[in-house]
Amino acid sequence: MFVHEFMRNALVAGTFVGAACGLVGYFVVLRAQVFAGDALSHVAFTGALAAAALGVDVRIGLFVATIVVAVGMGGLGDRARADDVEIGTVFAWILGLGVLFLAIFTTSGSGGNGTAAVRVLFGSIYGLSGTDVAIAAAVSAAALAVILAVARPLAFASLDPDVAAAQGVPVRLLGLGFLAVLGAVAAEATQAVGALLLLGLLAAPAAAALRLTRSPYTGLALSTAFGIGAVWAGLTLSDLESRLPPSTAIVSVATLLFVVAAAVSARRAAGAARTAAAPSRAARRPVLRR
Amino acid sequence: MPTDAAIFQGLSWNPAADVRQLVSYHFMVNALEAGTAVAVLAGAIGWFMVLRRQTFAGHTLSVIAFPGAAGASLAGLPLAFGYFGACAAGALALAGVSADRSGSNSRESAATGTVQAFALGLGFLFVGLYHGLLNGIDALLFGTFLGVSNDQVVTLVCVAAAALVLLAAAGRPLLFASLDGEVARAAGVPVRALSLGFLLLLGLAVGATSQITGALLVFALLVAPAAAAQQLTARPLAGLLLSVALGLVVTWLGLALAYFSIYPAGFFITSLAFAVYVAARLVRHARR
Repeated sequence: MFVHEFMRNALVAGTFVGAACGLVGYFVVLRAQVFAGDALSHVAFTGALAAAALGVDVRIGLFVATIVVAVGMGGLGDRARADDVEIGTVFAWILGLGVLFLAIFTTSGSGGNGTAAVRVLFGSIYGLSGTDVAIAAAVSAAALAVILAVARPLAFASLDPDVAAAQGVPVRLLGLGFLAVLGAVAAEATQAVGALLLLGLLAAPAAAALRLTRSPYTGLALSTAFGIGAVWAGLTLSDLESRLPPSTAIVSVATLLFVVAAAVSARRAAGAARTAAAPSRAARRPVLRR
Repeated sequence: MPTDAAIFQGLSWNPAADVRQLVSYHFMVNALEAGTAVAVLAGAIGWFMVLRRQTFAGHTLSVIAFPGAAGASLAGLPLAFGYFGACAAGALALAGVSADRSGSNSRESAATGTVQAFALGLGFLFVGLYHGLLNGIDALLFGTFLGVSNDQVVTLVCVAAAALVLLAAAGRPLLFASLDGEVARAAGVPVRALSLGFLLLLGLAVGATSQITGALLVFALLVAPAAAAQQLTARPLAGLLLSVALGLVVTWLGLALAYFSIYPAGFFITSLAFAVYVAARLVRHARR
Protein backbone atom coordinates (compact mmCIF):
# COMPACT_ATOMS: atom_id res chain seq x y z
CA MET A 1 0.00 0.00 0.00
CA PHE A 2 2.87 2.38 0.73
CA VAL A 3 4.82 1.44 -2.37
CA HIS A 4 3.16 3.90 -4.71
CA GLU A 5 3.82 7.59 -4.43
CA PHE A 6 0.21 8.53 -5.26
CA MET A 7 -0.92 6.44 -2.28
CA ARG A 8 1.57 8.08 0.07
CA ASN A 9 0.48 11.50 -1.17
CA ALA A 10 -3.17 10.54 -0.67
CA LEU A 11 -2.48 9.37 2.88
CA VAL A 12 -0.57 12.50 3.90
CA ALA A 13 -3.02 14.96 2.31
CA GLY A 14 -5.99 12.89 3.52
CA THR A 15 -4.72 12.90 7.09
CA PHE A 16 -4.42 16.68 7.14
CA VAL A 17 -7.74 17.28 5.41
CA GLY A 18 -9.45 14.69 7.61
CA ALA A 19 -8.09 16.31 10.77
CA ALA A 20 -9.08 19.83 9.67
CA CYS A 21 -12.57 18.73 8.60
CA GLY A 22 -13.09 16.77 11.82
CA LEU A 23 -12.05 19.70 14.00
CA VAL A 24 -13.81 22.45 12.05
CA GLY A 25 -16.77 20.11 11.51
CA TYR A 26 -17.35 19.81 15.26
CA PHE A 27 -18.09 23.53 15.43
CA VAL A 28 -19.96 23.43 12.12
CA VAL A 29 -22.35 20.82 13.55
CA LEU A 30 -22.55 22.54 16.93
CA ARG A 31 -23.54 25.80 15.20
CA ALA A 32 -25.93 23.98 12.83
CA GLN A 33 -24.01 25.25 9.80
CA VAL A 34 -23.67 22.02 7.83
CA PHE A 35 -25.77 23.52 5.05
CA ALA A 36 -23.37 26.48 4.88
CA GLY A 37 -20.45 24.07 4.55
CA ASP A 38 -22.26 22.21 1.79
CA ALA A 39 -23.01 25.48 -0.01
CA LEU A 40 -19.37 26.60 0.28
CA SER A 41 -18.13 23.41 -1.34
CA HIS A 42 -20.29 24.26 -4.35
CA VAL A 43 -19.10 27.87 -4.27
CA ALA A 44 -15.61 26.43 -4.64
CA PHE A 45 -16.85 24.72 -7.78
CA THR A 46 -18.16 27.99 -9.22
CA GLY A 47 -15.02 29.86 -8.18
CA ALA A 48 -12.77 27.31 -9.84
CA LEU A 49 -14.82 27.41 -13.04
CA ALA A 50 -14.88 31.21 -13.04
CA ALA A 51 -11.10 31.32 -12.71
CA ALA A 52 -10.76 28.74 -15.47
CA ALA A 53 -13.13 30.68 -17.74
CA LEU A 54 -11.29 33.96 -17.14
CA GLY A 55 -7.88 32.34 -17.43
CA VAL A 56 -6.81 33.08 -13.85
CA ASP A 57 -5.07 30.53 -11.60
CA VAL A 58 -7.77 28.11 -10.44
CA ARG A 59 -6.53 28.04 -6.86
CA ILE A 60 -6.89 31.82 -6.48
CA GLY A 61 -10.46 31.62 -7.81
CA LEU A 62 -11.29 28.88 -5.33
CA PHE A 63 -10.03 30.61 -2.21
CA VAL A 64 -11.26 34.10 -3.07
CA ALA A 65 -14.75 32.90 -4.01
CA THR A 66 -15.29 30.66 -0.98
CA ILE A 67 -13.95 33.05 1.63
CA VAL A 68 -15.83 36.05 0.22
CA VAL A 69 -19.11 34.14 -0.01
CA ALA A 70 -18.59 32.62 3.45
CA VAL A 71 -18.19 36.03 5.06
CA GLY A 72 -21.01 37.45 2.92
CA MET A 73 -23.43 34.74 4.04
CA GLY A 74 -22.48 35.42 7.64
CA GLY A 75 -23.06 39.15 7.11
CA LEU A 76 -26.62 38.51 5.86
CA GLY A 77 -27.77 36.75 9.02
CA ASP A 78 -28.10 37.90 12.60
CA ARG A 79 -25.11 37.21 14.81
CA ALA A 80 -23.12 36.09 11.79
CA ARG A 81 -25.16 32.91 11.44
CA ALA A 82 -26.77 32.71 8.04
CA ASP A 83 -30.35 31.56 7.87
CA ASP A 84 -30.94 28.39 5.87
CA VAL A 85 -33.34 30.08 3.45
CA GLU A 86 -30.77 32.79 2.69
CA ILE A 87 -28.04 30.19 2.23
CA GLY A 88 -30.32 28.23 -0.07
CA THR A 89 -31.17 31.24 -2.24
CA VAL A 90 -27.57 32.43 -2.55
CA PHE A 91 -26.46 28.86 -3.11
CA ALA A 92 -28.92 28.27 -5.97
CA TRP A 93 -27.74 31.43 -7.72
CA ILE A 94 -24.07 30.52 -7.27
CA LEU A 95 -24.79 27.17 -8.90
CA GLY A 96 -26.43 28.98 -11.80
CA LEU A 97 -23.31 31.14 -12.16
CA GLY A 98 -21.27 27.93 -12.16
CA VAL A 99 -23.32 26.68 -15.11
CA LEU A 100 -22.63 29.94 -16.94
CA PHE A 101 -18.87 29.74 -16.33
CA LEU A 102 -18.92 26.09 -17.38
CA ALA A 103 -20.58 27.11 -20.65
CA ILE A 104 -18.06 29.93 -21.23
CA PHE A 105 -15.19 27.63 -20.36
CA THR A 106 -16.28 24.82 -22.67
CA THR A 107 -17.29 27.06 -25.60
CA SER A 108 -14.08 29.09 -25.42
CA GLY A 109 -12.36 25.88 -26.49
CA SER A 110 -9.85 25.66 -23.67
CA GLY A 111 -10.51 21.92 -23.52
CA GLY A 112 -12.33 20.07 -20.75
CA ASN A 113 -15.80 18.91 -21.77
CA GLY A 114 -17.26 19.00 -18.30
CA THR A 115 -14.74 16.57 -16.86
CA ALA A 116 -13.26 19.52 -14.98
CA ALA A 117 -16.64 19.91 -13.28
CA VAL A 118 -16.68 16.24 -12.35
CA ARG A 119 -13.18 16.43 -10.95
CA VAL A 120 -14.02 19.42 -8.77
CA LEU A 121 -17.19 17.77 -7.53
CA PHE A 122 -15.75 14.39 -6.68
CA GLY A 123 -12.04 15.23 -6.46
CA SER A 124 -9.29 12.76 -7.07
CA ILE A 125 -7.33 12.08 -3.92
CA TYR A 126 -5.18 9.66 -5.95
CA GLY A 127 -4.14 12.36 -8.39
CA LEU A 128 -2.33 14.74 -6.03
CA SER A 129 1.17 16.01 -6.74
CA GLY A 130 3.79 16.78 -4.12
CA THR A 131 2.93 20.50 -4.32
CA ASP A 132 -0.80 19.75 -3.88
CA VAL A 133 0.02 17.77 -0.74
CA ALA A 134 2.18 20.57 0.66
CA ILE A 135 -0.57 23.15 0.09
CA ALA A 136 -3.24 20.88 1.56
CA ALA A 137 -1.05 20.29 4.62
CA ALA A 138 -0.27 24.00 5.06
CA VAL A 139 -3.89 25.17 4.75
CA SER A 140 -5.17 22.41 7.04
CA ALA A 141 -2.47 23.06 9.64
CA ALA A 142 -3.25 26.80 9.61
CA ALA A 143 -6.98 26.10 10.05
CA LEU A 144 -6.27 23.67 12.90
CA ALA A 145 -4.06 26.24 14.65
CA VAL A 146 -6.59 29.08 14.30
CA ILE A 147 -9.51 26.98 15.54
CA LEU A 148 -7.56 25.53 18.46
CA ALA A 149 -6.46 29.03 19.48
CA VAL A 150 -10.06 30.28 19.71
CA ALA A 151 -11.64 26.93 20.67
CA ARG A 152 -12.78 28.02 24.11
CA PRO A 153 -14.51 31.34 23.27
CA LEU A 154 -15.85 29.80 20.05
CA ALA A 155 -17.43 26.90 21.95
CA PHE A 156 -18.91 29.36 24.45
CA ALA A 157 -20.27 31.60 21.67
CA SER A 158 -21.69 28.59 19.80
CA LEU A 159 -23.45 27.05 22.80
CA ASP A 160 -24.89 30.15 24.40
CA PRO A 161 -24.40 33.29 22.28
CA ASP A 162 -26.45 35.56 24.55
CA VAL A 163 -24.53 34.79 27.72
CA ALA A 164 -21.23 34.86 25.81
CA ALA A 165 -22.03 38.31 24.39
CA ALA A 166 -22.98 39.54 27.85
CA GLN A 167 -19.60 38.43 29.15
CA GLY A 168 -17.77 40.39 26.47
CA VAL A 169 -17.00 37.57 24.02
CA PRO A 170 -16.96 39.09 20.49
CA VAL A 171 -19.67 36.71 19.23
CA ARG A 172 -20.20 38.32 15.85
CA LEU A 173 -16.50 38.60 15.04
CA LEU A 174 -15.94 34.98 16.07
CA GLY A 175 -18.82 33.89 13.84
CA LEU A 176 -17.46 35.72 10.80
CA GLY A 177 -13.91 34.52 11.47
CA PHE A 178 -15.15 30.97 11.82
CA LEU A 179 -16.96 31.19 8.49
CA ALA A 180 -13.78 32.50 6.85
CA VAL A 181 -11.82 29.51 8.20
CA LEU A 182 -14.60 27.18 7.04
CA GLY A 183 -14.38 28.82 3.60
CA ALA A 184 -10.62 28.24 3.41
CA VAL A 185 -10.98 24.60 4.48
CA ALA A 186 -13.84 24.10 2.01
CA ALA A 187 -11.77 25.57 -0.83
CA GLU A 188 -8.75 23.44 -0.06
CA ALA A 189 -10.65 20.22 0.57
CA THR A 190 -12.86 20.62 -2.50
CA GLN A 191 -9.88 21.08 -4.73
CA ALA A 192 -7.84 18.26 -3.20
CA VAL A 193 -10.43 15.64 -2.40
CA GLY A 194 -13.73 16.95 -3.83
CA ALA A 195 -16.96 18.47 -2.57
CA LEU A 196 -18.43 15.08 -1.78
CA LEU A 197 -15.68 14.15 0.64
CA LEU A 198 -15.73 17.59 2.26
CA LEU A 199 -19.42 17.31 3.15
CA GLY A 200 -19.02 13.75 4.44
CA LEU A 201 -16.00 14.62 6.57
CA LEU A 202 -17.52 17.83 7.94
CA ALA A 203 -20.84 16.30 8.98
CA ALA A 204 -20.42 12.64 9.88
CA PRO A 205 -17.40 12.49 12.27
CA ALA A 206 -18.60 15.52 14.23
CA ALA A 207 -22.18 14.23 14.40
CA ALA A 208 -20.84 10.91 15.70
CA ALA A 209 -18.65 12.64 18.30
CA LEU A 210 -21.54 14.84 19.49
CA ARG A 211 -23.67 11.76 20.12
CA LEU A 212 -20.97 10.05 22.16
CA THR A 213 -19.81 12.78 24.52
CA ARG A 214 -21.06 16.01 26.04
CA SER A 215 -17.66 17.46 26.82
CA PRO A 216 -16.57 19.90 24.08
CA TYR A 217 -12.88 19.07 24.37
CA THR A 218 -13.36 15.29 24.30
CA GLY A 219 -15.81 15.82 21.45
CA LEU A 220 -13.29 17.90 19.49
CA ALA A 221 -10.59 15.25 19.95
CA LEU A 222 -12.99 12.45 19.06
CA SER A 223 -14.29 14.25 15.98
CA THR A 224 -10.75 14.91 14.72
CA ALA A 225 -9.78 11.29 15.36
CA PHE A 226 -12.88 10.06 13.52
CA GLY A 227 -12.04 12.28 10.55
CA ILE A 228 -8.49 10.90 10.31
CA GLY A 229 -9.68 7.33 10.97
CA ALA A 230 -12.31 7.52 8.23
CA VAL A 231 -9.68 8.67 5.72
CA TRP A 232 -7.23 5.90 6.66
CA ALA A 233 -9.85 3.14 6.71
CA GLY A 234 -11.41 4.37 3.47
CA LEU A 235 -8.09 4.52 1.64
CA THR A 236 -7.24 1.01 2.87
CA LEU A 237 -10.60 -0.35 1.69
CA SER A 238 -10.21 1.33 -1.68
CA ASP A 239 -6.71 -0.11 -1.96
CA LEU A 240 -8.01 -3.64 -1.27
CA GLU A 241 -10.96 -3.36 -3.68
CA SER A 242 -9.79 -1.31 -6.63
CA ARG A 243 -13.28 -0.79 -8.09
CA LEU A 244 -14.34 1.10 -4.96
CA PRO A 245 -13.55 4.83 -5.46
CA PRO A 246 -11.62 6.29 -2.49
CA SER A 247 -14.12 9.07 -1.83
CA THR A 248 -17.02 6.59 -1.69
CA ALA A 249 -15.05 4.36 0.69
CA ILE A 250 -14.12 7.26 3.01
CA VAL A 251 -17.66 8.64 3.12
CA SER A 252 -19.06 5.17 3.74
CA VAL A 253 -16.73 4.63 6.72
CA ALA A 254 -17.67 8.06 8.11
CA THR A 255 -21.38 7.26 7.68
CA LEU A 256 -20.90 3.92 9.44
CA LEU A 257 -19.21 5.72 12.37
CA PHE A 258 -22.22 8.04 12.59
CA VAL A 259 -24.74 5.17 12.48
CA VAL A 260 -22.87 3.24 15.20
CA ALA A 261 -22.60 6.36 17.38
CA ALA A 262 -26.33 7.05 16.95
CA ALA A 263 -27.13 3.46 17.95
CA VAL A 264 -24.86 3.67 21.01
CA SER A 265 -26.38 6.97 22.12
CA ALA A 266 -29.91 5.59 21.58
CA ARG A 267 -29.09 2.56 23.77
CA ARG A 268 -27.62 4.82 26.44
CA ALA A 269 -30.70 7.03 26.39
CA ALA A 270 -32.93 3.97 26.69
CA GLY A 271 -30.86 2.70 29.63
CA ALA A 272 -30.98 6.08 31.35
CA ALA A 273 -34.73 6.24 30.80
CA ARG A 274 -35.16 2.91 32.56
CA THR A 275 -33.17 3.89 35.63
CA ALA A 276 -34.28 7.51 35.96
CA ALA A 277 -36.28 10.12 34.13
CA ALA A 278 -35.20 10.64 30.52
CA PRO A 279 -32.73 13.49 30.10
CA SER A 280 -34.29 16.57 28.63
CA ARG A 281 -33.20 17.92 25.25
CA ALA A 282 -31.40 20.87 26.75
CA ALA A 283 -29.52 18.69 29.21
CA ARG A 284 -28.11 16.54 26.42
CA ARG A 285 -26.35 19.40 24.66
CA PRO A 286 -22.64 19.74 25.29
CA VAL A 287 -21.72 21.70 28.41
CA LEU A 288 -18.72 23.88 28.89
CA ARG A 289 -17.10 23.44 32.29
CA ARG A 290 -16.09 26.80 33.67
CA MET B 1 -15.80 36.83 -24.22
CA PRO B 2 -18.50 37.41 -26.83
CA THR B 3 -19.92 40.87 -27.24
CA ASP B 4 -23.52 41.76 -26.43
CA ALA B 5 -24.58 41.40 -30.03
CA ALA B 6 -23.29 37.84 -30.11
CA ILE B 7 -24.80 36.86 -26.76
CA PHE B 8 -28.37 37.65 -27.82
CA GLN B 9 -29.04 36.51 -31.34
CA GLY B 10 -32.26 37.08 -33.25
CA LEU B 11 -33.83 39.21 -30.55
CA SER B 12 -35.80 42.08 -32.08
CA TRP B 13 -37.43 45.04 -30.33
CA ASN B 14 -40.88 43.67 -31.17
CA PRO B 15 -42.04 41.44 -28.29
CA ALA B 16 -44.94 39.91 -30.24
CA ALA B 17 -42.62 38.78 -33.02
CA ASP B 18 -40.16 37.42 -30.48
CA VAL B 19 -42.83 35.36 -28.77
CA ARG B 20 -44.09 34.07 -32.14
CA GLN B 21 -40.57 32.97 -32.98
CA LEU B 22 -40.24 31.35 -29.56
CA VAL B 23 -43.29 29.10 -29.87
CA SER B 24 -42.66 28.13 -33.47
CA TYR B 25 -40.31 25.33 -32.45
CA HIS B 26 -41.63 22.10 -30.97
CA PHE B 27 -38.76 21.69 -28.49
CA MET B 28 -39.36 25.20 -27.21
CA VAL B 29 -43.09 24.56 -26.70
CA ASN B 30 -42.27 21.39 -24.80
CA ALA B 31 -39.73 23.24 -22.67
CA LEU B 32 -42.26 25.97 -21.88
CA GLU B 33 -44.96 23.42 -20.98
CA ALA B 34 -42.58 21.42 -18.80
CA GLY B 35 -41.27 24.63 -17.25
CA THR B 36 -44.80 25.73 -16.40
CA ALA B 37 -45.57 22.44 -14.64
CA VAL B 38 -42.25 22.55 -12.77
CA ALA B 39 -42.72 26.17 -11.70
CA VAL B 40 -46.25 25.59 -10.36
CA LEU B 41 -45.26 22.42 -8.52
CA ALA B 42 -42.00 23.80 -7.11
CA GLY B 43 -43.62 27.13 -6.18
CA ALA B 44 -46.35 25.47 -4.12
CA ILE B 45 -44.26 22.76 -2.43
CA GLY B 46 -41.34 25.13 -1.99
CA TRP B 47 -43.56 27.54 -0.06
CA PHE B 48 -44.16 24.85 2.56
CA MET B 49 -40.50 23.81 2.44
CA VAL B 50 -39.34 27.34 3.24
CA LEU B 51 -42.00 27.69 5.94
CA ARG B 52 -40.84 24.44 7.55
CA ARG B 53 -37.16 25.46 7.33
CA GLN B 54 -36.36 22.31 5.37
CA THR B 55 -34.25 23.94 2.67
CA PHE B 56 -31.30 21.68 3.39
CA ALA B 57 -33.55 18.61 3.17
CA GLY B 58 -34.88 19.88 -0.17
CA HIS B 59 -31.37 20.32 -1.50
CA THR B 60 -30.41 16.86 -0.27
CA LEU B 61 -33.41 15.26 -1.99
CA SER B 62 -32.63 17.04 -5.26
CA VAL B 63 -29.06 15.75 -5.11
CA ILE B 64 -30.18 12.21 -4.22
CA ALA B 65 -31.88 11.97 -7.61
CA PHE B 66 -28.41 11.69 -9.13
CA PRO B 67 -27.33 8.40 -7.46
CA GLY B 68 -30.82 7.09 -8.23
CA ALA B 69 -30.40 7.76 -11.92
CA ALA B 70 -26.85 6.39 -11.93
CA GLY B 71 -27.96 3.26 -10.04
CA ALA B 72 -30.88 2.67 -12.39
CA SER B 73 -28.67 2.87 -15.46
CA LEU B 74 -26.23 0.46 -13.81
CA ALA B 75 -29.01 -2.03 -13.01
CA GLY B 76 -30.60 -1.61 -16.44
CA LEU B 77 -33.84 -0.24 -14.97
CA PRO B 78 -35.81 2.68 -16.43
CA LEU B 79 -34.32 6.02 -15.35
CA ALA B 80 -37.62 7.26 -13.95
CA PHE B 81 -37.65 4.29 -11.57
CA GLY B 82 -34.24 5.32 -10.24
CA TYR B 83 -35.27 8.97 -9.79
CA PHE B 84 -38.47 8.20 -7.88
CA GLY B 85 -37.01 5.26 -5.95
CA ALA B 86 -33.99 7.23 -4.75
CA CYS B 87 -36.04 10.29 -3.80
CA ALA B 88 -38.55 8.19 -1.86
CA ALA B 89 -35.74 6.33 -0.08
CA GLY B 90 -34.05 9.65 0.67
CA ALA B 91 -37.29 11.09 2.08
CA LEU B 92 -37.66 8.06 4.37
CA ALA B 93 -34.02 8.34 5.50
CA LEU B 94 -34.41 12.07 6.25
CA ALA B 95 -37.67 11.43 8.12
CA GLY B 96 -35.85 8.72 10.07
CA VAL B 97 -33.02 10.96 11.19
CA SER B 98 -35.28 13.89 12.02
CA ALA B 99 -37.75 11.68 13.91
CA ASP B 100 -34.94 10.87 16.33
CA ARG B 101 -36.38 12.54 19.43
CA SER B 102 -33.05 13.64 20.85
CA GLY B 103 -32.52 15.77 17.76
CA SER B 104 -31.88 19.43 18.19
CA ASN B 105 -31.49 21.61 15.11
CA SER B 106 -27.75 21.03 14.91
CA ARG B 107 -28.09 17.25 14.97
CA GLU B 108 -30.72 17.24 12.30
CA SER B 109 -28.56 19.30 9.94
CA ALA B 110 -25.57 17.03 10.58
CA ALA B 111 -27.64 13.91 9.92
CA THR B 112 -29.03 15.44 6.71
CA GLY B 113 -25.51 16.23 5.55
CA THR B 114 -24.40 12.69 6.29
CA VAL B 115 -27.32 11.24 4.31
CA GLN B 116 -26.45 13.48 1.36
CA ALA B 117 -22.72 12.70 1.42
CA PHE B 118 -23.39 8.97 1.61
CA ALA B 119 -25.89 9.12 -1.26
CA LEU B 120 -23.43 11.07 -3.41
CA GLY B 121 -20.74 8.53 -2.56
CA LEU B 122 -23.02 5.75 -3.79
CA GLY B 123 -23.73 7.74 -6.95
CA PHE B 124 -20.03 8.15 -7.61
CA LEU B 125 -19.54 4.40 -7.13
CA PHE B 126 -22.33 3.63 -9.60
CA VAL B 127 -20.89 6.04 -12.14
CA GLY B 128 -17.50 4.38 -11.74
CA LEU B 129 -18.97 0.92 -12.26
CA TYR B 130 -21.06 2.02 -15.24
CA HIS B 131 -18.48 3.66 -17.45
CA GLY B 132 -20.80 4.97 -20.13
CA LEU B 133 -22.54 7.49 -17.92
CA LEU B 134 -19.66 9.79 -17.09
CA ASN B 135 -20.34 12.16 -19.97
CA GLY B 136 -23.94 12.47 -18.83
CA ILE B 137 -23.08 13.80 -15.38
CA ASP B 138 -23.55 17.39 -16.43
CA ALA B 139 -27.01 16.53 -17.76
CA LEU B 140 -27.85 14.79 -14.49
CA LEU B 141 -26.81 17.81 -12.47
CA PHE B 142 -27.69 20.68 -14.76
CA GLY B 143 -30.52 19.18 -16.79
CA THR B 144 -31.46 19.29 -20.43
CA PHE B 145 -34.38 21.67 -20.44
CA LEU B 146 -34.31 22.07 -24.19
CA GLY B 147 -34.53 18.35 -24.96
CA VAL B 148 -37.84 17.44 -23.33
CA SER B 149 -39.99 14.80 -25.06
CA ASN B 150 -43.81 14.78 -25.27
CA ASP B 151 -43.99 11.75 -22.95
CA GLN B 152 -41.91 13.54 -20.33
CA VAL B 153 -44.25 16.54 -20.43
CA VAL B 154 -47.31 14.29 -19.93
CA THR B 155 -45.66 12.43 -17.03
CA LEU B 156 -44.61 15.67 -15.44
CA VAL B 157 -48.07 17.24 -15.70
CA CYS B 158 -49.67 14.10 -14.19
CA VAL B 159 -47.22 14.04 -11.26
CA ALA B 160 -47.65 17.77 -10.70
CA ALA B 161 -51.45 17.44 -10.67
CA ALA B 162 -51.33 14.50 -8.25
CA ALA B 163 -48.90 16.28 -5.93
CA LEU B 164 -50.97 19.48 -5.94
CA VAL B 165 -54.16 17.52 -5.11
CA LEU B 166 -52.38 15.85 -2.18
CA LEU B 167 -51.00 19.18 -1.03
CA ALA B 168 -54.45 20.81 -1.23
CA ALA B 169 -56.00 17.92 0.72
CA ALA B 170 -53.40 18.08 3.51
CA GLY B 171 -52.85 21.85 3.25
CA ARG B 172 -54.64 23.04 6.37
CA PRO B 173 -53.26 20.55 8.91
CA LEU B 174 -49.83 20.79 7.26
CA LEU B 175 -49.86 24.57 7.62
CA PHE B 176 -50.90 24.26 11.27
CA ALA B 177 -48.19 21.65 11.97
CA SER B 178 -45.56 23.73 10.17
CA LEU B 179 -46.36 26.95 12.01
CA ASP B 180 -46.60 25.50 15.50
CA GLY B 181 -45.80 21.80 15.86
CA GLU B 182 -46.36 21.64 19.62
CA VAL B 183 -49.81 23.23 19.57
CA ALA B 184 -50.83 21.20 16.51
CA ARG B 185 -49.78 17.99 18.27
CA ALA B 186 -51.80 18.95 21.34
CA ALA B 187 -54.82 19.64 19.10
CA GLY B 188 -54.62 16.10 17.73
CA VAL B 189 -52.98 16.83 14.37
CA PRO B 190 -50.78 13.87 13.33
CA VAL B 191 -47.61 15.97 13.17
CA ARG B 192 -45.12 13.15 12.56
CA ALA B 193 -47.21 11.50 9.86
CA LEU B 194 -47.58 14.89 8.14
CA SER B 195 -43.85 15.49 8.38
CA LEU B 196 -43.10 12.13 6.75
CA GLY B 197 -45.82 12.69 4.15
CA PHE B 198 -44.45 16.12 3.27
CA LEU B 199 -40.92 14.79 2.79
CA LEU B 200 -42.30 12.03 0.53
CA LEU B 201 -44.25 14.62 -1.45
CA LEU B 202 -41.12 16.78 -1.74
CA GLY B 203 -39.23 13.69 -2.91
CA LEU B 204 -41.92 12.94 -5.49
CA ALA B 205 -41.84 16.49 -6.84
CA VAL B 206 -38.05 16.61 -6.96
CA GLY B 207 -37.83 13.15 -8.54
CA ALA B 208 -40.26 14.17 -11.27
CA THR B 209 -38.76 17.56 -12.02
CA SER B 210 -35.04 16.82 -11.70
CA GLN B 211 -35.29 14.45 -14.68
CA ILE B 212 -35.97 17.55 -16.75
CA THR B 213 -34.42 20.47 -14.96
CA GLY B 214 -31.44 18.71 -13.38
CA ALA B 215 -30.82 18.46 -9.67
CA LEU B 216 -29.56 22.02 -9.27
CA LEU B 217 -32.20 24.02 -11.08
CA VAL B 218 -35.13 22.37 -9.30
CA PHE B 219 -33.61 23.51 -6.04
CA ALA B 220 -33.48 27.13 -7.22
CA LEU B 221 -37.17 26.98 -8.20
CA LEU B 222 -38.08 25.40 -4.87
CA VAL B 223 -36.38 27.95 -2.65
CA ALA B 224 -36.10 31.37 -4.31
CA PRO B 225 -39.72 32.19 -5.37
CA ALA B 226 -41.04 30.83 -2.08
CA ALA B 227 -38.51 32.81 -0.03
CA ALA B 228 -39.37 35.97 -1.97
CA ALA B 229 -43.11 35.40 -1.46
CA GLN B 230 -42.62 34.96 2.29
CA GLN B 231 -40.71 38.24 2.43
CA LEU B 232 -43.67 40.00 0.84
CA THR B 233 -46.69 38.51 2.59
CA ALA B 234 -47.41 36.46 5.70
CA ARG B 235 -50.87 35.39 4.50
CA PRO B 236 -50.74 31.70 3.51
CA LEU B 237 -52.96 31.65 0.43
CA ALA B 238 -51.62 34.91 -0.98
CA GLY B 239 -48.07 33.72 -0.33
CA LEU B 240 -48.66 30.40 -2.08
CA LEU B 241 -50.16 32.07 -5.13
CA LEU B 242 -47.40 34.69 -5.22
CA SER B 243 -44.74 31.98 -4.96
CA VAL B 244 -46.28 30.09 -7.92
CA ALA B 245 -46.63 33.31 -9.95
CA LEU B 246 -43.02 34.37 -9.32
CA GLY B 247 -41.82 30.88 -10.24
CA LEU B 248 -43.77 31.02 -13.50
CA VAL B 249 -42.46 34.45 -14.50
CA VAL B 250 -38.88 33.47 -13.67
CA THR B 251 -39.10 30.20 -15.63
CA TRP B 252 -40.76 31.72 -18.72
CA LEU B 253 -38.39 34.69 -18.88
CA GLY B 254 -35.37 32.47 -18.22
CA LEU B 255 -36.30 30.03 -20.98
CA ALA B 256 -36.96 32.87 -23.43
CA LEU B 257 -33.64 34.56 -22.65
CA ALA B 258 -31.82 31.24 -22.98
CA TYR B 259 -33.44 30.67 -26.37
CA PHE B 260 -32.15 33.96 -27.73
CA SER B 261 -28.72 33.65 -26.14
CA ILE B 262 -25.81 31.25 -26.29
CA TYR B 263 -25.84 30.65 -22.55
CA PRO B 264 -27.70 27.93 -20.60
CA ALA B 265 -31.23 28.28 -19.23
CA GLY B 266 -30.00 27.29 -15.77
CA PHE B 267 -27.99 30.47 -15.50
CA PHE B 268 -30.86 32.78 -16.51
CA ILE B 269 -33.47 31.06 -14.33
CA THR B 270 -31.31 31.02 -11.19
CA SER B 271 -30.17 34.61 -11.72
CA LEU B 272 -33.73 35.89 -12.24
CA ALA B 273 -34.90 33.93 -9.19
CA PHE B 274 -32.14 35.45 -7.10
CA ALA B 275 -32.95 38.94 -8.40
CA VAL B 276 -36.61 38.44 -7.43
CA TYR B 277 -35.55 37.41 -3.93
CA VAL B 278 -33.25 40.41 -3.52
CA ALA B 279 -36.00 42.73 -4.80
CA ALA B 280 -38.47 41.21 -2.33
CA ARG B 281 -36.05 41.82 0.53
CA LEU B 282 -35.58 45.42 -0.54
CA VAL B 283 -39.36 45.97 -0.76
CA ARG B 284 -39.78 44.54 2.72
CA HIS B 285 -36.98 46.71 4.01
CA ALA B 286 -38.53 49.83 2.44
CA ARG B 287 -41.92 49.06 3.97
CA ARG B 288 -40.60 49.10 7.52
